[in-house]
Amino acid sequence: MARFLIKRLFSATLTLFAVSVLTFLMFFALPRDPVTGMCPKNCNPERLERVRDELGLNDPLVAQYAGYMKGIVTGRDLGSAQGGHCDAPCLGWSYVTNEAVSDTIARVLPVTLSIVIPAAVLWLLLGVGLGMISALRRGTWLDRLAIGFSLTGASLQLYFVGAVLLIVFVYNLRLLPVPSYTSIFDNPVKWASGLVLAWVSLAFLFSAIYARLSRAQMLETLSEDFVRTARAKGLAKPKVYGRHALRAAITPVVTIAGLDVGGALGGTVITETTFGIQGLGRTAVDAVRSGDLPTIMATVLIAAVFVVLANVLVDLLYAAIDPRVRLR
Amino acid sequence: MSLSPVEGVALAEIESGGDAGAPERRDVLGRSPGQLAWRRLRADRTAMVSGVMLIVFLVLALAAPLIEMAYGIGPREQFQNLLDGFGMPLGYAGGVTGEHWFGLEPGLGRDIFIRLIYGLRTSLFIAFAAAVITATIGVVLGTLAGYLGGWLDAVINWITDLTLAMPFLVIALALTPTLVLRFYGEREQVSSAFGVGVLIGVFAIFGWTSTARLVRGQVIALREREFVEAARASGAGLGHMLFRQLLPNIWAPILVSFSLAVPQFITSEAALSFIGVGLSDETPSFGRMIYRSLDYLQTDPAYVFFPGITIFALVFAFNLFGDALRDALDPKSSR
Repeated sequence: MARFLIKRLFSATLTLFAVSVLTFLMFFALPRDPVTGMCPKNCNPERLERVRDELGLNDPLVAQYAGYMKGIVTGRDLGSAQGGHCDAPCLGWSYVTNEAVSDTIARVLPVTLSIVIPAAVLWLLLGVGLGMISALRRGTWLDRLAIGFSLTGASLQLYFVGAVLLIVFVYNLRLLPVPSYTSIFDNPVKWASGLVLAWVSLAFLFSAIYARLSRAQMLETLSEDFVRTARAKGLAKPKVYGRHALRAAITPVVTIAGLDVGGALGGTVITETTFGIQGLGRTAVDAVRSGDLPTIMATVLIAAVFVVLANVLVDLLYAAIDPRVRLR
Repeated sequence: MSLSPVEGVALAEIESGGDAGAPERRDVLGRSPGQLAWRRLRADRTAMVSGVMLIVFLVLALAAPLIEMAYGIGPREQFQNLLDGFGMPLGYAGGVTGEHWFGLEPGLGRDIFIRLIYGLRTSLFIAFAAAVITATIGVVLGTLAGYLGGWLDAVINWITDLTLAMPFLVIALALTPTLVLRFYGEREQVSSAFGVGVLIGVFAIFGWTSTARLVRGQVIALREREFVEAARASGAGLGHMLFRQLLPNIWAPILVSFSLAVPQFITSEAALSFIGVGLSDETPSFGRMIYRSLDYLQTDPAYVFFPGITIFALVFAFNLFGDALRDALDPKSSR
């Protein structure tokens, strides 16, 4: 177990390292000088040169990369124009927004978390529940309804569902306010009413897919010998289905859920664009548009951290859920 | 690629189906597994209906210039005289008339119907090209990793993990202006073919992982089978092993994953154009249309429905057909 964890964390670190190097190289392969994006069109040459110097763009690539990484771990001193000393998770200074990138991230990360976590809870409960029920009631009208729901949901697009929800609930019925983010600690009701459309549309599309997957897995598990054995030795149906079958059927669902949630935490670009909410995804898109190098780098890295961590977590969950899995 | 989790589901279902080949069947006439699958597909009503829908979509896309001639309106023509002072189409449901079947775009006043037809063309071309390229890359890497194993397998697996860890949308978004500047410079007009090429390239880089994983799993399952061992023992070379022994046995799941990859790429293309990657506003595309329509949700709600419903119907038909194809090719699967 411990050995597996160490091995897994090592390969995760290696992956993150490769992602950071690739991202770094990609943006320095830019034919455009990254500095021109960082100050307005009528920037004078002296200022450009100063910015270039402050960013360390005149240093060799390896030194720049090492400086950046050192900043994340221990913090580093940036020039006075970049807000002076930058504390431990230092992600650099953005000339576009004129603030430390870590401050930007600290502001937008809660937004994305507030969108993704409730939506993920909703879609997992709804999706897996629906899949289980339709597998256990195979062939009934309930099953057909669930299949129809999942086929439709899997073919719909988030921006379309979101647009229809906006038209109906915000612009016509006026039941909900125009989507926006309020901190849950300030006003939980406003927090929920501002984000509920985003949750519902994400949950609708994802649960369709999860219902389909968990139905197929459950049907497969139900036909296995150990389920029959459990029933034959007199175990009650709820126990067999709820404990024995569910455990075996849910492992592929966990894998995909890990990838999906990890990916979504890195920024739900489409959801945020559709509902006009400024989260991590929109921030990344805006940063790319304005050529805001430090912010792009930070958002890509954070997204990668979420995906990699989710993968490690999935492997650990496997062992906890399925007794047949042994970690080596 | 985390855009659409459908692929994971499809893969899990294919893998759970186990053996790729069709089962033996006592029949007076000898029929190949392919013929059997075709007969099953013919008998499936869903498959036939969705198949016909797909053919209609394909014909519409291929015949776009002919339709333009018959319809009499081009995709870039503007009808400002049919808009009111605020740029809103006159009349009902976004200006639907006998002349403009799906109405007009608010603001620019272009005809929605002909833009959808051309959007279909863009979308299907990109999706098919991307699916062919990613299937090829996936099959090559997957068979090599699965059959040879060892360090090559480890390296390919690691590259797969790495590709999955890259935030696809952000990198695609960041890469596009870089490439445009590389090839065009600050002021030049970017041709629409270039935007299409960039999109296909981005899909090729990020889209092969699922096929590679699927093929690798299938090859590993086959590797220890007697016929493979027998071929190896008789001294078959690598090429013979891969192309004559292994691939013919796994073409069914590859075909299924291909048919389910096409709608994913349609979705992804629309998603990328939605956030503004690749295609310029010149190129008609579903994603661009829906993005523009978000500004008019209150004033012209009909504008979002035409592209939204078209793309839903297209993806729905592909998904239904892919499912039916899997059922036909793998009768043991319990969908």
